[in-house]
Amino acid sequence: MARIIAGMGTSHVPGLGAAMDNGKTGEPYWQPLFKGLEPVRAWHKDNIPDVTIIVYNDHATSYSLDNYSTFTMGVAEEFMPADEGWGPRQVPMVMGHPELAWHITENLILNEFDMAVAGSLDVDHGLTVPLSVAYDQPDVWPTKVIPLCVNVIQYPQPTPLRCYKLGQAIRRAVESFPEDLSVGIWGTGGMSHQLGGERAGVLNPEFDTAFMNNLVSDPAANTRLTHTDFIREAGCEGIEMIMWNVMRGALSDNVNEIYRFYHIPVSATAYGAIILENTD
Amino acid sequence: MTIRDYDDVPGTYVLDSRNYRKGYHLNMFLMSLNKSEARAAFAADETAYLQTYKLTAEQRQAVLDREYLRMLQLGANVYYAFKLVSHDKQPPQVMYGKMAQPAMSFDEFQAMMMAGGRPIDGNRSKKEQLNG
Repeated sequence: MARIIAGMGTSHVPGLGAAMDNGKTGEPYWQPLFKGLEPVRAWHKDNIPDVTIIVYNDHATSYSLDNYSTFTMGVAEEFMPADEGWGPRQVPMVMGHPELAWHITENLILNEFDMAVAGSLDVDHGLTVPLSVAYDQPDVWPTKVIPLCVNVIQYPQPTPLRCYKLGQAIRRAVESFPEDLSVGIWGTGGMSHQLGGERAGVLNPEFDTAFMNNLVSDPAANTRLTHTDFIREAGCEGIEMIMWNVMRGALSDNVNEIYRFYHIPVSATAYGAIILENTD
Repeated sequence: MTIRDYDDVPGTYVLDSRNYRKGYHLNMFLMSLNKSEARAAFAADETAYLQTYKLTAEQRQAVLDREYLRMLQLGANVYYAFKLVSHDKQPPQVMYGKMAQPAMSFDEFQAMMMAGGRPIDGNRSKKEQLNG
């Protein structure tokens, strides 16, 4: 059977990808961030799964006000890096895993998670920056990818509890896949940041630290947060962290924390990364 | 009607149904800049390109003037507005700084972030701010 081996949470700030694409990672502004990512990359090098489910959001790239689903599964053979207004990132094509993607989708819908299905989807920085975080700059991404796109921009976003339950249902679906596959799951976005409005630039390290602590030892606490808790405490765009709940829901009750890194700032965002291994 | 308790969060524009409806065409214009042909057409004649979207006169002027905070007040969402600052080949901190109050230059905004960002204390609640 297929098995989820580990989860990662990581911010997906576009500036991080741009710094890599433009060869700026050695600059003083970026150096501490990329230094902190070295253990992330070392772990990923030794733990490449056959398939990675990347829970991310689209930023007015492939979806917008005319049609935005709450949860969308990418079932295509491949996904192109998108032009989001400044030309596509020069990163490898993202290869899908349609068999597992469809298996999960069918299981989820039959278990009352009504997923939208995308057979053609250009993926923006929300998905490609986490790949760059984990794997640096390879010629080919070493894992196949199932994009799971979540609406985190248009209110009301799915509740933090719904996201967690979706993760639990994904785990059951993966474990019912007959082929022997190792599967990773990443929750992306966050951590605290607010990009718009008079309050732009607000960060909240206390909130972020508590969120990561809960992720490890009390994930239910992160499901009790409300939309307004995120907007108020983590900034309007900090609500992206609900996607980390999907990742956590797909892991075992007890997890081993392998690595954690937190750095301020990346652009206007608090950067966070955490790797959690399943214990069963 | 849902109680929108996030309305108490200061200086924050949530893309809810109110802003969705107010800003629909404005955001769809911004989104169009994902396409290189659209970027070229907009660069060639901004006013003419904006005529192809059903914007209000105020929205149109805010775009032409790069008044980002005004755009948000007229229904734009920051992720959509991102396309415009990128089109201008400016880093997003330019836009963040213009929206911030008091407004900041790129360097001032960058310096605030390097120093740990805008503090959350004192910025959680309009009620709290009124009551000191």
